[in-house]
Amino acid sequence: MKLDARVPPGPIEQKWEKARFEMKLVNPANKRKYNVIIVGTGLAGGSAAATLGELGYNIKAFCYQDSPRRAHSIAAQGGINAAKNYQNDGDSVYRLFYDTVKGGDFRAREANVYRLAELSGNIIDQCVAQGVPFAREYGGVLANRSFGGAQVSRTFYARGQTGQQLLMGAYQAMERQVQAGRVAVFPHHEMLELVVVEGRARGIIARDMETGEISADEADAVILATGGYGNLFFLSTNAKGCNTTAIWRAYKKGAAFANPCFTQIHPTCIPVSGDYQSKLTLMSESLRNDGRIWVPKRKGDTRPANRIPEDERDYFLERMYPSFGNLSPRDIASRAVKRVCDEGRGVGPTGLGVYLDLSDAIRQLGRQTITERYGNLFEMYERITGENPYELPMRIFPAVHYTMGGLWVDYHLMSTIQGLFVLGEANFSDHGANRLGASALMQGLADGYFVIPYTLGHFLAGVKAGDGTTTDRPEFLCARSEVENRTKRLLATRGRRTVDSFHRELGRVMWEDCGMTRNRNGLEAALAKIPAIREEFWNNVNVTGEAMEINQALEKAGRVADFLELGELACRDAREREESCGAHFREEYQTEEGEALRNDEKFAHVAAWEYAGENAAPIRNTEPLNFEYVHLTQRSYK
Amino acid sequence: MRLILHIWRQKNSQTRGKMVRYEHANVNEHMSFLEMLDVLNEELAVRGEDPVAFEHDCREGICGSCGFMINGVAHGPQRGTTVCQLHMRHFKDGDELWLEPWRAKAFPVLKDLIVDRSSFDRIIAAGGYISANAGGAPDGNAIPIEKQKADLAMDAAACIGCGACVAACPNASAMLFASAKVSHLALLPQGQPERYRRVQGMVAQMQAEVFGACTNMGECEAVCPKGIKLENIARMNHDFVKAAWMFREEVTVAGAS
Repeated sequence: MKLDARVPPGPIEQKWEKARFEMKLVNPANKRKYNVIIVGTGLAGGSAAATLGELGYNIKAFCYQDSPRRAHSIAAQGGINAAKNYQNDGDSVYRLFYDTVKGGDFRAREANVYRLAELSGNIIDQCVAQGVPFAREYGGVLANRSFGGAQVSRTFYARGQTGQQLLMGAYQAMERQVQAGRVAVFPHHEMLELVVVEGRARGIIARDMETGEISADEADAVILATGGYGNLFFLSTNAKGCNTTAIWRAYKKGAAFANPCFTQIHPTCIPVSGDYQSKLTLMSESLRNDGRIWVPKRKGDTRPANRIPEDERDYFLERMYPSFGNLSPRDIASRAVKRVCDEGRGVGPTGLGVYLDLSDAIRQLGRQTITERYGNLFEMYERITGENPYELPMRIFPAVHYTMGGLWVDYHLMSTIQGLFVLGEANFSDHGANRLGASALMQGLADGYFVIPYTLGHFLAGVKAGDGTTTDRPEFLCARSEVENRTKRLLATRGRRTVDSFHRELGRVMWEDCGMTRNRNGLEAALAKIPAIREEFWNNVNVTGEAMEINQALEKAGRVADFLELGELACRDAREREESCGAHFREEYQTEEGEALRNDEKFAHVAAWEYAGENAAPIRNTEPLNFEYVHLTQRSYK
Repeated sequence: MRLILHIWRQKNSQTRGKMVRYEHANVNEHMSFLEMLDVLNEELAVRGEDPVAFEHDCREGICGSCGFMINGVAHGPQRGTTVCQLHMRHFKDGDELWLEPWRAKAFPVLKDLIVDRSSFDRIIAAGGYISANAGGAPDGNAIPIEKQKADLAMDAAACIGCGACVAACPNASAMLFASAKVSHLALLPQGQPERYRRVQGMVAQMQAEVFGACTNMGECEAVCPKGIKLENIARMNHDFVKAAWMFREEVTVAGAS
């Protein structure tokens, strides 16, 4: 497989401008002749649908939720970064670029990251124009706050509901195009197969989740914006429906899957309370602006938090990383939390938790200010735990949150299948081995509002619209029968174990062997366990109900079946990457202080996995990464 | 803790539904309401019975997917909370609970506790936006916005579109939902050019979807998980009346189902 990143030559500041000029254009009158399918309606998919509709293309947008407004981008709390330098504190496009490359531990493609930083300001302008109610100062200007991994204040926010408000902006812009007849939305539809005709992505097979009907749709290009696969771990901060199916099907049709083991474990989530737990809830990283993280100095100290005197507390992030302190990047903070819990100093009933304490901030700033900044987060915490965070410090523990890995894309966001574009969390491109806080929203919207309108046009200008390809072609018929057979098989098994029991079992293996830290033995063990779980799944799963109705057990079963394959690839990727970088921490490769030890000589590359058939080992291709601007150094937040 | 549940079971929109009684012995106080149903569904699946279908996704009270009536109250007894964030510590051993889907002509039942809320999307499509194509927006700080106004707009914009307001309303009115969007955009300077056009389009669509009229009962505000206030309805009425003499264009509505 050839991986051509199509990065334009020239100085990094001029690459995007030059590329935009050199890209071919589609005449306005011809745009309506092109059909484009977009799967997923979150920040990336929704903004792409709106923008491409505005340009005049015919868009079909699919989502599994009952309304496009419910995509999981909605749950992002803290904010969105932009290099506006409104605070006059030393920010610039170059600094955002630098922070992101360094934050990703030098495993992202420089040119993509620079473009992201360059477009960040336009995103804020666009969202303000749409009426996104960002927080404001009394003087009427936009307010900012700080986020992990940065020493400037560049994060824009709308209380603790930034993702919701940005998504409403994209959703409303898309609904405007629905009214204009440019976008047709298919809610409650799940993509189950990609259709490739003569090497080009030409359509999808989807299931109508209300009737069970399987439909085939044809287009001149397909865009996947289907989010991340954190639910591979069963427990994560993702919505229950988030899944890998769309990108996994694309992988099996020839799209390379990059860095599947790069999973972000977010440090500040509410700890697990029992076996019935269905998901984990994030407490926004923004709380670390005013909150201090600590554990008792002494092992097994079971006194309540307010009885532990100041000098018997260990503010371990401030101690270990004095210059970034509580705002250390997520991967570093998560591992530090794990370390103190492993030492037996964790708090709460399970010992798997640390305090996130805002009492100093409440004293200094007053309860009113804290309520304004974090009120909804405090309420959420109280609803879930039954404890009042104004009186007791919150307890938090790391949880799976975001997947930096995803389908490999070039500078144009096109995968290794011609005409298949991948946006947002579903692709791999901008965050390297660790994503900084408030960067996911930025990437989703940059891809959808400002990158894909150009790169898709360039692609479409090179292909003929309406070339007579129809859904009667054998490729469509074959893909449809694959979907129908898989559905039949799932329903016919009638075994003894529920879908969730398999999902939990897979999640436990992934968390233990491919979670916050990994080692060769654990990964080898996981690689033996997962195929066994998969085999039992296909022989002993119990999927109730029928195909032609609303069947939530069937929906889950299809997703878990794909997770059972992806899990193996993720472990394989983790085993082959014999270094530690960002969120990928191999115990064998660490510095004396226990920090990640990269091996730039052997692993300064993207691992792009190529499907080689049902019973063959996948092929590991590499895209070398060159760091011409941000020089390779050991990441230090001390 | 042990619960008696009466749950509305309905195979699809064509068949009649009925309440079915379940005894649920495996409940603990730390579970969320939906986790309690997950455990019930696992037990039903093991017995080979069809699990109870309900909408849910983020399970952190923001996506707006979940929601049903618990003993006649939308989202259950705790104020300002969606069912996914309602925890079992608010119930006690031996409680008997009746779970029903949202009831409104504009929200047909699809299965069990799931209803079709696509009418909400059509109301937004009828004008719930600011027309600002991507590209060419002025600098974000070019228009200063008073903090108080931005805060009020944010209060209204917090709506999650769950439909509890409609389910709680004796008239099955969607006024709280529609007025939250009208207010959010009307409070901001960017929303002014389309202000009167917007309110007319959205109200016309709301009527075409056969939502009822508002008679100021206030039930919607009482059950809203995001605390959307009745004052938004007053604001929408104000704009709607004003639109009658500010705006004379024909309003068309999309095909309501």
